[in-house]
Amino acid sequence: MSFSIYDFTAFNQSFDRLLFENLSPFWATTIELTLIGLIVLICYALIGLFLVYAERKVCAFVQNRVGPNRVGPYGFFQTIADFIKLMLKELITIKNADKVLFNIAPYIVIIVNFMALAAIPYAKGLHMIDFDIGVLYVMAVSSLSVVGVLLAGWSSNSKFSLIGAMRSGAQIVSYELSVGLSLVTMIILAGTMQFSAIVEGQADGWFLFKGHIPALIAFVIFLIASTAEINRGPFDLAEAESELTAGFHTEYSGIKFAFFYLSEYMNMFVVAAIASTVFLGGWMPFHIGNWSGFNNVMDYIPPIFWFFGKTFFIIWVIMLFKWTFPRLRIDQLLTLEWKYLLPINLVNILIMSFIVLMGWHF
Amino acid sequence: MNSFFEYFRDIFRAVKSLLTGLKVTSRYFFSPGEIVTQQYPENRKTLKMFDRYKGEVIMPHNDQNQHRCTGCAICEANCPNGSIEIIQDKIEMPDGKKKRIIGRHIYHLSMCTFCGLCIKTCPSNALAWGQEFEHAVFDRTKLTKILNQPGSSILKDIAE
Amino acid sequence: MLNPQFIPIGEEEYHVNIGPQHPSTHGVLRLVVSLQGETVKSLKPHCGYIHRGIEKMCEKDTYPQIIHLTDRMDYLSAHINNHAVCLLVENALEVEVPERVKYIRTIIDELTRIASHQLWWCSFGMDMGGQTCYFYGLRDREKVLDIFEESFGSRLLHSYYTPGGLMMDIHPNFQKRVKEFIKYFRKKIRDYDDILTGNVIMHERTKGIGIISKEDVISYGVTGPTGRGSGFSCDVRKHHPYAAYDKVEFNEILETAGDTFARYMVRMGEFRESMKIIEQLIDNIPEGDYSAKMKAVIKLPAGEYYQRVEAARGELGVYVISDGNKTPYRMKFRSPNLSNLSALDHMCRGYKIADLIAIGGSLDYVIPDIDR
Repeated sequence: MSFSIYDFTAFNQSFDRLLFENLSPFWATTIELTLIGLIVLICYALIGLFLVYAERKVCAFVQNRVGPNRVGPYGFFQTIADFIKLMLKELITIKNADKVLFNIAPYIVIIVNFMALAAIPYAKGLHMIDFDIGVLYVMAVSSLSVVGVLLAGWSSNSKFSLIGAMRSGAQIVSYELSVGLSLVTMIILAGTMQFSAIVEGQADGWFLFKGHIPALIAFVIFLIASTAEINRGPFDLAEAESELTAGFHTEYSGIKFAFFYLSEYMNMFVVAAIASTVFLGGWMPFHIGNWSGFNNVMDYIPPIFWFFGKTFFIIWVIMLFKWTFPRLRIDQLLTLEWKYLLPINLVNILIMSFIVLMGWHF
Repeated sequence: MNSFFEYFRDIFRAVKSLLTGLKVTSRYFFSPGEIVTQQYPENRKTLKMFDRYKGEVIMPHNDQNQHRCTGCAICEANCPNGSIEIIQDKIEMPDGKKKRIIGRHIYHLSMCTFCGLCIKTCPSNALAWGQEFEHAVFDRTKLTKILNQPGSSILKDIAE
Repeated sequence: MLNPQFIPIGEEEYHVNIGPQHPSTHGVLRLVVSLQGETVKSLKPHCGYIHRGIEKMCEKDTYPQIIHLTDRMDYLSAHINNHAVCLLVENALEVEVPERVKYIRTIIDELTRIASHQLWWCSFGMDMGGQTCYFYGLRDREKVLDIFEESFGSRLLHSYYTPGGLMMDIHPNFQKRVKEFIKYFRKKIRDYDDILTGNVIMHERTKGIGIISKEDVISYGVTGPTGRGSGFSCDVRKHHPYAAYDKVEFNEILETAGDTFARYMVRMGEFRESMKIIEQLIDNIPEGDYSAKMKAVIKLPAGEYYQRVEAARGELGVYVISDGNKTPYRMKFRSPNLSNLSALDHMCRGYKIADLIAIGGSLDYVIPDIDR
C-alpha cells in the first residue's frame, strides 16, 4: 500500500481494493464505515479536548498569566482531569421534566456536529463525503443545532432556561442568514458548491485574495456571524455568568453538560474549518499565481498541516473576540444582524456578481 | 443622503474601535515577558518579603536569649480587641525588693487585626513585626502563641 | 418570603431576586427587582448582610484604636477613611500637624484613589463581559499595593494614619517607586482607553443608560464621581480643602449627561487628575517629623464635631459626640455608598435587566460601607 502524506487518494483506493477483494461487499462496507466512525469519534474527542486546553491557554496569555501548568507538561492533560471529574458527577433528574426530550437534546447537538464535519476536505483525498452540493449540505445540517438548543430549554421545565433557549434560538436563526449569504458570495466566485472543487479552484491563489474587496467583506461578515451563531464571544448573553442564569443548559449536569460544552468547541472547529476551506484555500498551500519556484517551496509542507494551521489560526481569532470585547445586549445583537449585516451582505452579493461577470477578479 | 453617509461612517468607526482593542490583546498574547504570575509554592526558597511586612507580632530575642519586655502591660491596654494577654510574675531582687517581670506574653494570632498599636506604644520597643505569613493550621490552639521564649530573661540595660 | 404588601405590583409583573450571592453585585447585597417582561419597574435593595456594628464598637475604643475599624468600612479607600477620623481629632484638639505629614497623607490618599478606581475599572469591564479588563486592572493595582507593602507592611488594610500624624516614616524607596509607578501607569491608561473606552460595544451599552438629572442627584445626596457625572460640583477637595489640597492645582471633572458613560468618563479623568496631584507633590515633601506630639491618652473636649473628606466614592462624613472621655459617646459615619445606593431605584426604572448590571457597576458601591 502506498502511503503518501501529500496525497491520500492512492492510499484510500488501495485500502478499498484490499477490503473488497478479500471480503464480501457487505463486510467490506461495514468494516469501512465502522473504521471511519471510530476515527471520527477519536479525532472529535481529541480535538475537542485540545481546544478546551487551547482556550484556557490563549485566554491566560492574553491576560498576562500562565494558565494550566500543573497537570502534565505545560498543563497538557488538564482537560482529561476535567473530563474525569465531569464523568463522576451525579446526573440530576428533574421532576416534571420531559425525560425523553431532556435526554435526547445533548445528543442532537453532537450528531449535528459530526454530520457537518463529514463534508469538509482535510487533505488531498482525505474527504469523507464529497457531495456536489457540499456547501448547501453543511448549511442545512448546522441549522439543525437550533433543535437541540430549543429542546434543552423546553424540556428543563424552568422559566429561565426557556427564556435563555428562546433567546439563543432567535440569535442562531437570525445569524444563519448572514452566514449563508456570505457563503453564497464565495460560491459565486468559485462557480461550484462542491468542496473539493472549491479547494482545487484555489490552486493559484486563495479566494480571499482573488476576490479582493467583496471577498474581504464577506470574510469579516462570516467571522462575526458565525461567532454569533455558535453562541460565543461577544454574543454569549444567553449563558453569561453575570446575568441571571446559565441559559438553556442550566439544568444539565455531569456528562450531559460535558456534551454541550464539547459541542460548543467543536462548533467552533466546524465554523473555522468551513471558513478556511472557502476563504483561505482549505488544504491548498499558499500559491501566488504562476510563481512556480515559490509554489514548489510552499508545496513542501504537507497539505494536512496547511489545513489545520489555517483552522487553528481562525480559531485563535475567534477566541480573541471572546476575551477582548464586552457583551452585546439581545436587542443590540438582533439590530446588528437585521440592520447592518444583512443589507451589507445583499449589496456585497451584487458587487461580487458584477465583478465575476466583468472578470475583474484575479 | 446624509443618513446614508452616517451609516457607513458609523460602521467604519465601529470596526476601527474593535480593531484597536484586538491590537492590544494580541500584543499581550505575544509577549510572555509580561506574565506577572509568581510560581508559589515552588519559589519559597527565593521568596523575600519586604522589610516592614506585617506577618505576625514577634518578640525579638538576641543570642543570649534575652528580650526587652518588662511586663508593663501597656500593649494589652492598647490592643483594641484583646488579642494580647499579659501574665506577670514577681521575682526577688538581691536587695529584698520585689520586681515585676513578664511571666507569659500570650498573643492570639487568630484575633489580631494587625493594627500595630502594641508595637508602637511599647515603651521599651520589645515587639516587632515578623515576616512569617503561612499561618494556615488545622488546629486552632496553634494560633495562640506565647511570645517570650522559655528560659529567657530581660536585657540588662532595660531592667535598670 | 417577600411580603407582597410592601411592594405595589402591577399586572404582569414578577419579582426576581438578585440575591446576596451574585457575581455582579460586588458584595452581599440583595436586590428585589420587579420586572415586567424585561423592563425594570422598581427595585428595592436589602442591605445589612455584612453589618458588623462598627459604630457601636467605636464607642468603646479610644481614638487611635478607632483607626483599625474605619479601615474596614470602605476597604478600597481605607486610607481616606482613616484620614477623616485623624483630621477630626486634630481639628478638635487644635493640633498642628507637620507639613511633611500633610504632604505624605495627600500623596497616599491619591494613590488610594487610583487603586480604588483601578478595581472599579476592572470589575466594570468584567461585568460588561470583557473579562480581560479584570486582569489588566488588577495587574496595575499590584504596583500600587507593592508601594504600600514596602512602606507600611500590608496591602489592603493599613492603619497607617494616627491622630497626630503617621505611625512610622515612609520608606526611603517610596518616592522612587511612586515616580516609577506614575510613568508606568500613564502608558497603561492608553491600553484601558483602547480596550474599553473607545469600544463601540461599550458605547452602545452605556450611553443613555441610567440617566439621573442634576436636581435628582442633589435631592438624593449622591456625591463623588456618580454625582459629578450629572454635573453636580461636589468635590470636597475643592470646596473645603484639607491636608495639602490647597497647595496643588487640579481640575474637578464634571460631565453633564448623567448616564453611565458620563460616570465612566469622570472616573477615567480622575485617574489623570490624581496622577497630576501626585506629580506636583512627590518631589517637594518637606523634611520634618512624621508625627506631632500627642498625649498618650487622647480626650476630646465635650461637644459635637464633624469632618468631611472626599473618599473614592463620594463624601465621607464623620460625626462625633464627645462627653470628655477618652472614647466617643457616639460616632456616626455618613456613608457615601448608602446615599448612592438610594438613587439606584430611580436610575434603573424603565431600563432592561441587562442594563441593571451596567448601572450598578457605574455606581461603584462597596457593600461593607453601606452596612458598616
